[in-house]
Amino acid sequence: MRIGYYPGCSLESTAKEYDLSLRAVARKVGFELIELPDWNCCGASSAHPVNPVLSVALPARNLMIAEEMGLDIMVPCAACFLRLMEAMKLMNDDAPLKKMVNEALEKEYRGTVKVYHPLTVFSRHEVKDKIKKEIVNPLSGLRTVCYYGCYLVRPPDVTHFDDPENPTVMDELIRLTGAEVLDWSWKVDCCGGSHALLRPELVETLVGELCAGAKKAGAQGIVTACPLCQSNLETRQAGSEKLPVFYFTELLGLAMGMGREVEEWWKKHLIKPNLMVATH
Amino acid sequence: MMQERDFIRKVTEEVPELYRCYQCLTCTLGCPVAFAMDLFPHEIVRHVQLGEKEKVLGSSTLWICASCETCATRCPNEIEIVKLMDVLRRMAVNERLVKKGEKGHVLNRIFLDGIRKRGRIHELSLIVDLKRKTGELLRPNKEEMKLGFEMFRHGKLKLLPSKIRETEAIQRLFSRLEKKT
Repeated sequence: MRIGYYPGCSLESTAKEYDLSLRAVARKVGFELIELPDWNCCGASSAHPVNPVLSVALPARNLMIAEEMGLDIMVPCAACFLRLMEAMKLMNDDAPLKKMVNEALEKEYRGTVKVYHPLTVFSRHEVKDKIKKEIVNPLSGLRTVCYYGCYLVRPPDVTHFDDPENPTVMDELIRLTGAEVLDWSWKVDCCGGSHALLRPELVETLVGELCAGAKKAGAQGIVTACPLCQSNLETRQAGSEKLPVFYFTELLGLAMGMGREVEEWWKKHLIKPNLMVATH
Repeated sequence: MMQERDFIRKVTEEVPELYRCYQCLTCTLGCPVAFAMDLFPHEIVRHVQLGEKEKVLGSSTLWICASCETCATRCPNEIEIVKLMDVLRRMAVNERLVKKGEKGHVLNRIFLDGIRKRGRIHELSLIVDLKRKTGELLRPNKEEMKLGFEMFRHGKLKLLPSKIRETEAIQRLFSRLEKKT
């Protein structure tokens, strides 16, 4: 199945392993990812405080590119996902805004494509069946917690993503790998997002609480679905016993037996997931 | 009085549901960064209702809020608190009332300048530009330097920026829309 792919800026750099593992896993379960040609930055968390119209126009340009191709879009970064979902909602609901954005972009938004996070796409029944068939290296004995963060689940009337206080889609996907997924209370708490650049001490406090919660639950690793969350959790953890932090696609790939590729993804981790490789 | 009314009018034009607040404190109790704020989210709402412009616009809260949307998701009166923060952030910048030492607005400007220039964000340039603007390039933080080096060593920092083909369309977009705000 062909689907448009909007990687976003982080997946070109700090989250390269998310990009690589997502592409590999998607291919394995029958998706052809077509990267949107000439996509631009969604404006993430800096456009909306400065200019609300620009914060819609930047993601809207990407929606229009996908419309020209006639493809729905898969968006792995939670921050990009929220910006694209919000732009779609406002372009559909707010006619004067839509007119302003269309004029500024010299293009016409038609509202013909949908935006999905890969967690949602991979949770479709038929895709889950394919994933189950590809599991050759079950991660039994591995104890994890799934961390969703903010932008997948909030605001719920924009993202329409699972339960905003207790989402479970990632838990269910990770269970397919054979790993144990533990209950914990920090699934949708904030990691501090872009404060990593200006207020690292604030991020350290939030990440400290998250990681203490994960350890208390008995986790050996934290599974994420957002490049900002992964980066904050990995770079702002204090103490000597640090928990490895994975993208959900990396664990799917590991369970699918992508040994050599997994080694390449692991190389990009600041906290080495040695523990995980040893479990199979 | 005039100035207070004018402030209230401008804010409530964009966030009219602000008047529904009955100070239940749900926003503040769920806020992950309330501990670092000089005014709690429910206090910001109250001070806006009272027209206390300088107190609100000079608050660190506008720049500590992580826009995580926990407050707005839980607010029983469906007040869009993050949208309120955005409105206040713009007013604080336009009226030059940003609290001394706060740098959130500088980061936003650098971020948008990066998009205007290349159509995409190049993370390494963003960090260097930010450090230059905030003067930290001349007196670097050792821990942050170490972290930067570790990220580089693990292939997490792309050295050269990528640029989209239609950068001119992006630049036109910026000049058209920036006039309007």
